[in-house]
Amino acid sequence: MKYGLQFRDVFAAWESILEGVWITLLLSGLAMVGGLVIGIACAAARVYGPAWLRRIVGTYVEVIRNTPLLVQLFLIFFGLPSFGVRLDGLTAAIIALVINLGAYTTEIVRAGLEAVPKAQVEAGHSLGLSGLQVFRYVVMFPALKAMFPALASQFVLLMLATSVVSQISVEDLFHAASIVQSRTFRDFEVYTVIGVLYLGLAFAFRGLFAGLYYWAFVRR
Amino acid sequence: MIREFGLIDVMYLIAAARWTLALTATAFVGASLIGIVIAIARILPFAPLRWLAAAYIHIVQGTPLLVWLFVIFFGLPLAGISVNPWIAAATAFSVYGSAFLGEIWRGALVSIAKTQWEAGASLGLSLGEQLRYVIVPQSIRVAIPPTVGFLVQLIKNTSLAAVIGFVELTREGQLTAAGTYKPFAVYITVAAIYFAMCFPLSQWSRSIERKLDVAR
Amino acid sequence: MSLVEIHGINKSYGSVQVLKDVSLDIAKGEVVAVIGRSGSGKSTMLRCINGLEPVQAGVIRVDGTQVNDPATNLRKLRQEVGIVFQSFNLFPHLSVCDNITLAPRVVKKQAPQAAREVAREVLARVGLEDKLDAYPSQLSGGQQQRVAIARSLAMRPKLMLFDEVTSALDPELTGEVLKVLESVAKEGMTMILVTHEMGFARRFGSRVVFMHEGRIHEQGPAAAVLAEPKTPELQTFLSAVLH
Repeated sequence: MKYGLQFRDVFAAWESILEGVWITLLLSGLAMVGGLVIGIACAAARVYGPAWLRRIVGTYVEVIRNTPLLVQLFLIFFGLPSFGVRLDGLTAAIIALVINLGAYTTEIVRAGLEAVPKAQVEAGHSLGLSGLQVFRYVVMFPALKAMFPALASQFVLLMLATSVVSQISVEDLFHAASIVQSRTFRDFEVYTVIGVLYLGLAFAFRGLFAGLYYWAFVRR
Repeated sequence: MIREFGLIDVMYLIAAARWTLALTATAFVGASLIGIVIAIARILPFAPLRWLAAAYIHIVQGTPLLVWLFVIFFGLPLAGISVNPWIAAATAFSVYGSAFLGEIWRGALVSIAKTQWEAGASLGLSLGEQLRYVIVPQSIRVAIPPTVGFLVQLIKNTSLAAVIGFVELTREGQLTAAGTYKPFAVYITVAAIYFAMCFPLSQWSRSIERKLDVAR
Repeated sequence: MSLVEIHGINKSYGSVQVLKDVSLDIAKGEVVAVIGRSGSGKSTMLRCINGLEPVQAGVIRVDGTQVNDPATNLRKLRQEVGIVFQSFNLFPHLSVCDNITLAPRVVKKQAPQAAREVAREVLARVGLEDKLDAYPSQLSGGQQQRVAIARSLAMRPKLMLFDEVTSALDPELTGEVLKVLESVAKEGMTMILVTHEMGFARRFGSRVVFMHEGRIHEQGPAAAVLAEPKTPELQTFLSAVLH
C-alpha cells in the first residue's frame, strides 16, 4: 500500500498550532530579556568584579554550558519538588531557559566588552572622563556593536531550543505537534508543518535582529 | 516497586553514557562527511552550488533538532526505510551537525588569505589541488578549536534522542528517576556525567585556541 | 615573434576603468620595467598576463597562446609564466623544499627525489642552499622573497612576472633580492617587473613602460626614458620618486 501525504487534517487543527506558536514566542521573549539581564550582570561581574565573584560566575557559566538544557529542565521541574519547591511547567521552563541563556550571553557580552581596545579606555581616562563616563561614551557603543551578531544568533538558537519544554508538558509549538499527531495520526505531515513554522519564526527573528542592527549601528 | 537510588544506579548511568558517546561519535562522522561537502560547496566559484549549500544550512539551522528527530523517525518509514531509534537518531544528528560543521569549516577555509589561492593557481595547481595542498592543510589548525567546541554541543544535544526512546544517558536517567522516586539525585548525577564528558573538551578547545592566538 | 602580445585590453572594477586600451609587445629576453603611481593599473596589467584577473576586451597572448580565451588551459599556461608577489605568498605550512617542489611534483609529476634536486639547484641560484628544510617563518623577508623567486624558477618558466617584489621589504633587505633579480636577468630570462626601483630599471631594464591613469603613457629604452622623460606626467613622477 502506498502512503499518500495528506495535510488537510493537520491544517484543520490550526487553533492548537497557533496557541503553540504564541507560547513559543512568549517563552522565547521572556528568556531573551531575562537571559540578557543575567548575561550583562554576570559579564560585568566577570570583567570588573572581585576575584571571588568572578570565580562564582565562572563556575555558573561552565556548569550550564557543559550540561544539556533538557537535563537542566528536568532538574528544575522534577528535582526541585524534592525540596518542597513545586513549579508549574511554564514557570519551570522560563527559569530553566533564563538560567541557560544567561550563561551563554555572559560569555558573549564579556567578549564584546573585551573587544574594545585597551588604548581606547586609556584615551578616555586621559581625557579626564570618569570610569562610568568611559563606559558610557567609549566602551558601550562599540561593545554592543561587537556582541550583537553573536547575541542574535544565540537568541535564534534559543528560540529553537525552547522546543524541549514540550518534554515537561508545556504547551508550546512542539507540544502542539504531538497533540495534533495523536488526533490525526499524520505524524510525518505534522512534524513537517511544525518544522516549516519554526523555520518561519527563525527567519522572522533573524530579520528582526538584522533590522535592529541596521537601525542601531549602520543608519547613523 | 520502589528501590533506593544507590551506587549500582550510578554505575548504570555511567554505563548508559557509552551510548551517548557512541551516538556522538557516529553523528560526528556522518556530520563530517556531509559538512566537508557543504563547506567546500560554499566557497567554490559556482553560484548555484553556493546557494544550494547556503539554503541547506539555513533550513537545518532554522529548525529545532527535535523536529529533525521526529521528521526522520516518522519520515524514513514512509520512504520504505525501516528505522529504529538508533538509526533515526544517528541520521538526524548527522544532518543537524553537518550544517554547523559546514559553517565552521567554511569559516576556517575563508580565513586563509586569498593570496594563498593565487599563489597556488599561479604555479599551475588546479582548484582541487589548491584546496588539497594549500588551503585545507592551513585551515585545519584554525578549524580545530571550534570543531571541538561543536563536539561539546553534540554530546549535550544527544540528550534529545531520549525523546524518541533511544536509551542513552538522559533516557536512562528518566527510567532511573521513575524507578527510585529520587529525581533530584538522579538528574544531578546525570548532569555531572555530562559535565565530566564536556568540560575537558571545552577546556581543551580553549587552550588550543589560545595557543593559536599566540602563534599568530 | 613576440613572447607577450597585449592588444587593446580594457578592464573595469564596477564603474572604475583601471585599464584603458593597453597594448604592449615584449620580445623574448627583454627585461621590461613597468613604473607609475599606485592605482595607475600596472599591477592589474601584470596579473592579467597570467590570467589571475580577467579582462573585458582585447587580446593577451603569451608565446602564441591566447590567455583570455575560455578554451585556454590556464593551468598549462601558468606553468610557463612565473609570478612573484609583493607579499611573497609562500605556503607557511610547508618547508622551503616543499614550497618549491609542490608544483613540480603535483603539476609536472616529477619524482620527489628529482624535484628535490631541482629545489637544491634553484635555491643555490638565489643563494639559499642551506635553507632547504627551513620553514618560511624562520626566514627574513628578503630570504622569503628569494625562496618565492626560486619556487617560480623551479617550474622552468619562459616568462617571469614580478609584482613590486621589494616593496614589502625593509630597505636593507631589498639589495639581496635585487641581486637575485639581476642574476636572473643576466641568464636571459624574459621579465616584466612592476617596480619602484628606478636604479634597477635603469641598469638592467631593456625598456621602461610608464603607466598613468590606466594607459601606457610613455615608453622606450630604459636609459633614455629615465634620463629624458618627454611627457610632463613622467617628469613629475620621476622627480617625485627620485627626490
